Amino acid sequence: MIPERLLNALILAGLLAVPLWALAADEPFTITLATRVVILALAAVGLNIALGIGGLVSLGHAAFFGIGGYAMGILAHHAQTYTALDLGLFTVSGTKSMPVIWLVATLASMLAALLIGLLSLRTSGVYFIMITLAFGQMFYYFAIGWAEYGGEDGLSIYLRNSFPGLNTLVPIHFFGLCFAVLCLALFLHARLAASPFGLALNAARQVPGRAEAVGLDPKRLKLLAFVVSGAITGLAGALFADLNRFVSPTMFSWHFSGEIMVLVILGGTARVMGPVAGAALYVALEHWLGGLTDYWIIFLGAILLLIVLFARGGIVGMLSGRRQAGD
Amino acid sequence: MSFILVAEQILNGLQFGVMLFLMAAGLTLIFGVMGLINLAHGSLYMVGAFAAAAVAGATGSFLLGLVAALTAAAVAGAIIEVAVIRRLYKADHLDQVLATFALILIFSEGTRWAFGSFPLFLDIPDWLSGPVSLPGGIQYPLYRLALIGAGLAVAAGLWLLIERTRIGIQIRAGENDREMIAALGVDISRLYTLVFALGAALAGLAGALVGAIQSVQVGMGEPVLILAFVVIVIGGIGSIKGAFVGALLVGLTDTLGGIFLPELLKLVTDPSTASTVGASVASMAIYILMSIVLILRPTGLFGSTA
Amino acid sequence: MTDPILATHGLAKSFGALTATDDVSVELRPGEIHAIIGPNGAGKSTLIAQISGALRPDAGRVTLAGRDVTALATPARARAGLGRTFQISALAMEDTVLENAVLGAVGASGRPWRFWRPALRDADLRARAEDALARVGLAEHAAARCADLSHGQRRQLEVAVALTLRPRAFVMDEPMAGLGAEGSRQLTAFLDELRHEAPILLVEHDMDAVFALADRISVLVYGKIIATGTADEIRTSREVREAYLGDES
Repeated sequence: MIPERLLNALILAGLLAVPLWALAADEPFTITLATRVVILALAAVGLNIALGIGGLVSLGHAAFFGIGGYAMGILAHHAQTYTALDLGLFTVSGTKSMPVIWLVATLASMLAALLIGLLSLRTSGVYFIMITLAFGQMFYYFAIGWAEYGGEDGLSIYLRNSFPGLNTLVPIHFFGLCFAVLCLALFLHARLAASPFGLALNAARQVPGRAEAVGLDPKRLKLLAFVVSGAITGLAGALFADLNRFVSPTMFSWHFSGEIMVLVILGGTARVMGPVAGAALYVALEHWLGGLTDYWIIFLGAILLLIVLFARGGIVGMLSGRRQAGD
Repeated sequence: MSFILVAEQILNGLQFGVMLFLMAAGLTLIFGVMGLINLAHGSLYMVGAFAAAAVAGATGSFLLGLVAALTAAAVAGAIIEVAVIRRLYKADHLDQVLATFALILIFSEGTRWAFGSFPLFLDIPDWLSGPVSLPGGIQYPLYRLALIGAGLAVAAGLWLLIERTRIGIQIRAGENDREMIAALGVDISRLYTLVFALGAALAGLAGALVGAIQSVQVGMGEPVLILAFVVIVIGGIGSIKGAFVGALLVGLTDTLGGIFLPELLKLVTDPSTASTVGASVASMAIYILMSIVLILRPTGLFGSTA
Repeated sequence: MTDPILATHGLAKSFGALTATDDVSVELRPGEIHAIIGPNGAGKSTLIAQISGALRPDAGRVTLAGRDVTALATPARARAGLGRTFQISALAMEDTVLENAVLGAVGASGRPWRFWRPALRDADLRARAEDALARVGLAEHAAARCADLSHGQRRQLEVAVALTLRPRAFVMDEPMAGLGAEGSRQLTAFLDELRHEAPILLVEHDMDAVFALADRISVLVYGKIIATGTADEIRTSREVREAYLGDES
């Protein structure tokens, strides 16, 4: 069995080594695959804060992913068409600058998470699952009906957005950028989990009655976790849109909410590195099984079923030999 | 906007509502009795539609198609209950969500593998096609009227089953006190399989009936599943009555919202803005309805407040 | 007579036809242990839930240090100075003993929103938690996982978490439940000292502990307080004998 810290370091090192090898071997497609892993992992790190620490089984995280994606799509669309974005009271111009896009994507996702969280946290358990799922679907239909931004067809962005000091058109640059963002998010998760807030949130999940009895309000703790979680997944959405230079309503699809959750579970719930391991495995399966059969999703379903029924610690749990995070 | 148009839309809303009820009733029953959230319920709807389309296509008989839909969905339900679902009753909601999500992946891709990606079509039988004249000069498709009738008949049958039969007593007892009915000698695992298969059959029936007015394709059950969740949130979980009222509310809100909201907006803004904004808002109408219910009654209209 | 720290005034709660508490008024004065006893189903749990804020009374008020807290939810009552322990240990089983105690300190600090500095490296939080653990004799188990503790140790930790709040009043729901004779004796001695820091409203089935500790005892039967008095007064009370023994004499 491998200590979890060492395993975490190995996972990150591996994720960094693959694209560097691909760079040397001149395999840009592999770099793009690795970038996809990094961005999906980032989306799952977001969910992991709500789900892993806070116990919030959100089936609506595609909403934040899509909002982040559309924040990028809308800003870049106005920039590339040289049209103004009419916000009612005033108009702004679009932008191709990633930092600005990220800020907007994060803030918009936080706002959506706050509203959805306020409503869905009035309930708990299975209601919470159904309500987050429903709100996610609401955004999906809204995007389909939003003719101004492509409706069902979505929006294409011709050139990847820019980041100061980097040439984001070079795959390894964009990978590095996404990797840095992922590392920051992982660091944030690790700090947050050990902080007073993380401790309180963790207790609100395990023993809400106890949290209340020591003066903590479980709902407010969970709401904040949900907002932070939504923000990170939203940021991942903006990066994902930039990876594909395309946004469409499928980013809001509830299947994607399910998939982010699968990433977290494949890796191991509430483990810092779980989402990274999960995303890597997911993309590897997609690539490998997808090359063998068109119906690889059947096997993904079977693997998921086996993990849920028989191996609840996920990959990180199996390799480190500890069932629970924080053992 | 004429009376006839409004009346037609109300009938459309009712038709949509009763079909949602068939989905929501099974979901809410399964949650109420076994405490399980079943995302794969939409897959059973799809199974019903494919079975109906395949059998009706091969035999030319719509009724045989319906029988096939009920049987296939009930059997599929019983199989997954025995193979997978019963391991999840004591598991937490997260495990239930993941395992039933995995089942969706398997069902959807399995169906795609067996039937291909192109939609199948299920024809309305001759004896149910064409319009009928209703009082007030309304011409309304006979088949849709038959759907309303069938949905109401199933609702009544379900009510009788739960309120008036031995099985119904056991189901209601199962919602309240599992240990006790096990102690009274009821074979609880058989009861669970039965309830699950019953819910599956209802979903399969809905899939087959709706399959004749839409195309039969992979993934067709999922939008309906999510709407059925909205129905349950509005009606209150575990309550058949709540599912019925919620389903009609959602069906009518969705159908009428699409017609009236753009018209209402035309009163305050220009027609083209009204129709685009109205369409967007109309697509959100049921979620707004759900939000209002959540604010006023977080446990739903007929949910227990405890 | 000194003002009570914690008091209920005519609390009532019914569930349908069942009256769980009926016009219950009890007072907890500085420095005392006030025990609530009564047969099963007498309404003790309902009373605790109403005092702690988990259950809204149909009628009546709860005051803490002279302040009406009836409208406050559980967390606000805890912050106002009510420290409670649970009949069935409510601890974060996945976490360590120290983390459970630090959780109390986080609640007491009123600043659960800090998300950057590790809680266990915060000197104030840690000192408060370790102090509480030391007082119940769990200091050497601080690093143990809560799930690995014995039943008795969990009961001690339950008290320690309440201690980290440094409350104005304790409400303890059967702290002796499931403890052996030795455990009960130790906890009895501990509570005997603790009352001088903050008075204790003690719901307890262990009558040896109740009669050894309580300055006053209230007897709750069918949701009503039928008698309040010292241990001796309760032993000789006619109403109590009737309620418990059906004694008509």
